[in-house]
Amino acid sequence: MAFEVILKKPESLTQKEFTYCPGCTHGIIHRLVAEVIDELGIREKTIAVAPIGCSVFAYQFFNTDATVAAHGRAPAVATGMKRARPDLYVFTYQGDGDLAAIGTAEIIHAANRGEKITTIFVNNAIYGMTGGQMAPTTLLGMKTTTTPYGRSAENDGYPLHVAEVIKEARGVAFLARTKVNTPQDVVKTKKAIKKAFLAQIKGLGFGMVEVLSTCPTNWGIDPVSALKWLEEHMVPEYPLGVFVDKVGDEQ
Amino acid sequence: MSERVLVKGTEAIGEAAVRAGCRLFFGYPITPQNELPEYMSKRMPEVGGTFLQTESEVATINMVYGAACTGTRVMTSTSSPGFSLMQEGVSYMACAQLPAVLVNVVRGGPGLGDIQPSQGDYWQATKGGGHGDYKLIVLAPSTVQEAVDLTYLAFDLADEYRNPVLIIADGVIGQMMEPVTFPEFRDLNTLPKHESWALTGADGREKHIVVSFDIDPYVLEKMNLELVEKFKRIEAKEKRWEEYKLDDAEIVITAFGTVARIAKSVVEQARREGIKVGLFRPITLWPFPYERLEEIAKGKKLIFDVEMNMGQMLEDVKLAVKDHAPVEYYGRLGGVVPTPDEILQALKSKLGR
Ligand SMILES: Cc1ncc(C[n+]2csc(CCOP(=O)(O)OP(=O)(O)O)c2C)c(N)n1
Ligand code: SF4
Repeated sequence: MAFEVILKKPESLTQKEFTYCPGCTHGIIHRLVAEVIDELGIREKTIAVAPIGCSVFAYQFFNTDATVAAHGRAPAVATGMKRARPDLYVFTYQGDGDLAAIGTAEIIHAANRGEKITTIFVNNAIYGMTGGQMAPTTLLGMKTTTTPYGRSAENDGYPLHVAEVIKEARGVAFLARTKVNTPQDVVKTKKAIKKAFLAQIKGLGFGMVEVLSTCPTNWGIDPVSALKWLEEHMVPEYPLGVFVDKVGDEQ
Repeated sequence: MSERVLVKGTEAIGEAAVRAGCRLFFGYPITPQNELPEYMSKRMPEVGGTFLQTESEVATINMVYGAACTGTRVMTSTSSPGFSLMQEGVSYMACAQLPAVLVNVVRGGPGLGDIQPSQGDYWQATKGGGHGDYKLIVLAPSTVQEAVDLTYLAFDLADEYRNPVLIIADGVIGQMMEPVTFPEFRDLNTLPKHESWALTGADGREKHIVVSFDIDPYVLEKMNLELVEKFKRIEAKEKRWEEYKLDDAEIVITAFGTVARIAKSVVEQARREGIKVGLFRPITLWPFPYERLEEIAKGKKLIFDVEMNMGQMLEDVKLAVKDHAPVEYYGRLGGVVPTPDEILQALKSKLGR
């Protein structure tokens, strides 16, 4: 009997099993990035820059050369790599604490310089790795371990709309916000990630996709409810869409 | 290319780096070292290199980290507060075993301090500076020519040991103009490629990773012990120092960098007055030449440590000298440069003259 392989692990993922919690969408996003790298045929010319956060282990999961940047500094690390080796493709994979709190300066300036790198920004409205503290993207009223009464605008300020801030930077060549809580959205996210890489490959400038993601563990709900919660609470706060697209449609 | 030219210290360091094969410079403005990034902003495009003015020293050191991951020669320079900001990244680089050359043109501190020459960052430079167990190779030039030679050497040491190398200077050496002879341009094809570990794309080979991290303490301890082994090798091989008029000396001044220059005048003046003084000048502040200083201290009347800080190298001098001779210290702080006269006066008063 002959079997035909119809679904296999992307070559750009290693055999290492994901360490993410059940129902965490970090894993889906990893797979999409890997599929895109495979399809673009750039695995052997790619460097992954993992952040500090739950995805710190991304350096083990992606089957590419890889490093781990200091908390928030992945865009600076990627800049150094790209300036040293413009012939390679460099991407950062960052959480919302990493990119939108401690690393705000680095991401804005990398975008503004039109640094030819790609950033996958995973917005799960919370600090996952350190145990569920408030992130800059935490919703108003949302309870976290450091906003036990719910995030208050008065004390903690407002959810930070990263894509809307980044879109003002003129060096941006592709920028979108997507989500991965339905199969259709997964397809759309993959398309956006591909364009964010193409922006780099074509030398157009900085490419980024903000992906709305779940953290059932620290949100304190089951995986299925988390997908619903993302739809009902995060999407109204963080509208989806393509903000900048200098890549165009012919690929 | 061996003619002598008159150049400023900061620019001399920049040109030496270019000749050593450095084609990448990241930096953020801070006085008193701005002439170096300014020089590089002009020079790098001429040699097909890249100069990038960054958004902060934090970004700078992480760009240096990224460039070093690819095995490419890279450099940055800053001054004290900027170097403080870089410490997290420096610690990451030391753990990840990344080669790079860093320059700290030290200014008066602590805090915002001032912009005058100082040696107040000796502890930060030699005792870690960032978190965790690590060492930088620390080179302290005291002339512009030596700044050139040590910068050239720094890139080779960084590559050989896969460790950041720090050049410690101050505003005096940075601003001073002296005639120097530059070394030859390195043939870029002869530079080490670091093929066994650098991140250059997993093209037909297993993937490489460069990290300063392991979640398992036993693995991290192993990584640490590998560093310890390396630091021992560096200690065994790389100690550098200068001995000046020590043959008949009864008193030994210990000083580094700018102060060591001034101390040479003190030696001359003292000798004219019949006091037999010599100078011991560490060139590598780490590894510190303990054994040689101990040897020299034997039977001396006094070891007189002079610094532009509260007595930071003094601790290493005492560790070296043990109880072979009495050790005294004189220093100026906050960016004040001592004159030969006041140092001699201070020495005489310690001698009870
Ligand atoms: C300089 C520094 N400060 C703080 C930390 C601790 N820390 C580790 S992960 C993290 C937050 C990560 O959250 P996020 O970026 O949202 O990623 P997630 O874990 O949710 O995927 C923090 C604060 C650190 N490692 N380094
Ligand atoms: S803590 Fe949250 S973000 Fe981290 S792996 Fe678990 S579910 Fe995912």
